[in-house]
Order: sequence, then structure tokens, then C-alpha cells
Amino acid sequence: MELVGRIFALAVAAIFVQNFVLSRFLGLCPYIGVSKKLDSAIGMGMAVVFVMTMASTITWMIQYFLLKPLHIEFLQTIAFILTIASLVQLVEMVIQKTAPALYKSLGVFLPLITTNCAVLGVSILNINEQLTFFGAILNGLFGGLGFTLVLILMAGIRERLEKADIPQAMRGMPIAMIVAGSMAMAFLGFSGMSL
Amino acid sequence: MALKEFTKGFVKENPVFVMALGLCPTLAVTSSVNNAVGMGLAATFVLMCSNLLVSLVKDVIPSKIRIPSFIVIIASFVTIVDLSMSAFLPALHKSLGLFIPLIVVNCIILGRAEAFASKNNPLNSVLDGLGMGLGFTMALMIIASIREILGAGQFFGMQVLPTSYRPMLVAILAPGAFIVMGLLMGLMNIAKNKKK
Repeated sequence: MELVGRIFALAVAAIFVQNFVLSRFLGLCPYIGVSKKLDSAIGMGMAVVFVMTMASTITWMIQYFLLKPLHIEFLQTIAFILTIASLVQLVEMVIQKTAPALYKSLGVFLPLITTNCAVLGVSILNINEQLTFFGAILNGLFGGLGFTLVLILMAGIRERLEKADIPQAMRGMPIAMIVAGSMAMAFLGFSGMSL
Repeated sequence: MALKEFTKGFVKENPVFVMALGLCPTLAVTSSVNNAVGMGLAATFVLMCSNLLVSLVKDVIPSKIRIPSFIVIIASFVTIVDLSMSAFLPALHKSLGLFIPLIVVNCIILGRAEAFASKNNPLNSVLDGLGMGLGFTMALMIIASIREILGAGQFFGMQVLPTSYRPMLVAILAPGAFIVMGLLMGLMNIAKNKKK
């Protein structure tokens, strides 16, 4: 029972209180770039959840089974970004072979994920916060879900904004930023929660 | 000619306001001008060095593996910045935190390596990197100045507004970053439309 409670606390923290996009400012490029349509937002969200979980798992193992025993922690940045780049490539190939239907919906988003800072961000955060192996995996999973949540919310709002009467100069990116600001303000309300 | 490569990053092709690249660090570190300058200069250093190296090795690297090679080059310089900053400027290193290693995935740097340095000579590439880096720094400073003055009544940590001013705390919190950025982008659009 206690375990369930701890997992729940971790989930609430990663999804709401320390949301990757709105409070940590990670993964803003896809958040603004891929949130014009609901379909693509869902596709991108799924791809990010998958890659963030995988990346958290593998980079944790690299840090504690490879870099630490060899005392080469200073190579962390290089090692992690290469791992993520090859992981994304691998995932792309595996999905293409085994699940063509899934590849069709996720395919275009996968290459973009390498430069999504949420993925490298969660890998480094897991190490900095000295999470355990399972803590790291769950942090990746819930962090990705939090990202997906705000991405889908944003896409829903922006589909409606298409029809709204917005001043010429504010159309597109500027209004998206203001909307993001309002969403961040709403999410700020979660920051008082301590679990 | 060379001068043009240097100055285009300031206004015409400003990486933040015009091209909307590298948003994550832009919004994350601009809660104080001090952090903004630190981040801007760190990114400028990485941009210059990686542009130089990329343009030197561009003919040796097969085009199929050029992106991974660029990433390794960039990651090496980021590691240099990370380690030197933690040795010489520990306070700044601590407040920038996660965003130092994340310079690796800053789209401005990979973007310039791919779009400019891999096609131009070393001198122009360094100038391009320096110009873009300073343009980035400038943009960060503008956003940070607005946020720090409104949110804390301070500039570079010095009190500039009278102490009777009640700081708008929201400006230095996360929502303020998005809203200030959105309004600045709107202003840029108005300026652009007037020119036409």
C-alpha cells in the first residue's frame, strides 16, 4: 500500500506540480510547434512518453553501470545525447518493422524527439536527484504523460483559437505564448501541494 | 561581406525573436539579467567553437553521419563550458543548473552548424557563430530586463525602482516568461508589418 502511495506522489509531482513544459521549461519547441492539430499532438505525445521512459531507463543504467565505475562522469553529456540519438533511431527502426500502423502515426515525430530537451532533461534530472532505478523509469513515464497532457490541452485550445478574432500581430506564435502563460498560471496552483 | 555574416544575427535573423529557436533556455533562464548574460555567453562560446570545428571538418565527414558528428562536437564544447563554469563561476553554474548541459539540444547551435558552418569557410563560420550568439544574448537580456525590473524591481541585482514599488511576482515566475515572450513577439510583428 505504501508503495502505491509513493508512486502516486511521484505521478502527481511529475505531471502537475513540476510539469516539464510549464514549470521546468523543457520541451517547448514541440509544445509550440506540434500543437496546431489535435491528431498530431496526440501522436507526438505518445512518442515522447515512449522515448522518455526508454531514455530514463537506459541512461540510468549507463550512469551507474558504466560512467560511475570507470570514473568518467564528466562524459555524461556526450554519452547521454549519443544514447538518446541512437535510441530514437533504434525505436524508429523497430516500430517500422513490427508495427507499421503505429509507425505511420508516430513516424514523422520520432526524428524530432532527439532534439527535444525534455528527453535529455529527464535523463540528467534523474541522476541529479539521485533517483533509484524504478524512480527514474517512473519519472520518465510520468514526465512524458505530463508533457502529453499539456500538449493535448494546448492543441485543443489552439484549434478553437483558429476561429477567434485575434489582432493581426498576435496571431500564431504570440498568442500561443500568451495561452501557455495562462496555462502555466493555472498549473502554478498545484505548486502548493506537498506530497 | 564578412561583416554582414557577423551582424545579421542581431536583428534581421535574430535567433530568438525572428526564427523562434532555442525557446527552452530563453524562457527558463531569463528570470534575472545575470543568468541571462551567463547563459548567452556560454551559448556564444559553444556556437563559435562548434561552427569553427564543423567548418574545418566539413569535407572529411560523410554526409550520412554528419548530424551525429555535429552533436558530438557540440557536446564536447558544452562539457568544456560546464566544467569550467563549475570551477570558476560556481554560483552561476548552480543557478543555471540543468540548462548548461541542455545547451547541447539548443536548436540554434545545431541549426547553425547544419545550415551555415557545413557550407561556409572557417572565418565566416566563426563570425556567424559570434553574431548569432550575441544576438541570442541580446534577446535574453531584453526579456530578462523586463522580467527582473517588473518582477523584483531590480536590474543586475541592483534596486532600480523605489522600494515602495510592490514587485509583480508573476513576472519572474513561469507564467511571466511566456506572457512577456508572447507580447514581445507581437511587438516584433507590428514592427515588421509597419516596415512593409
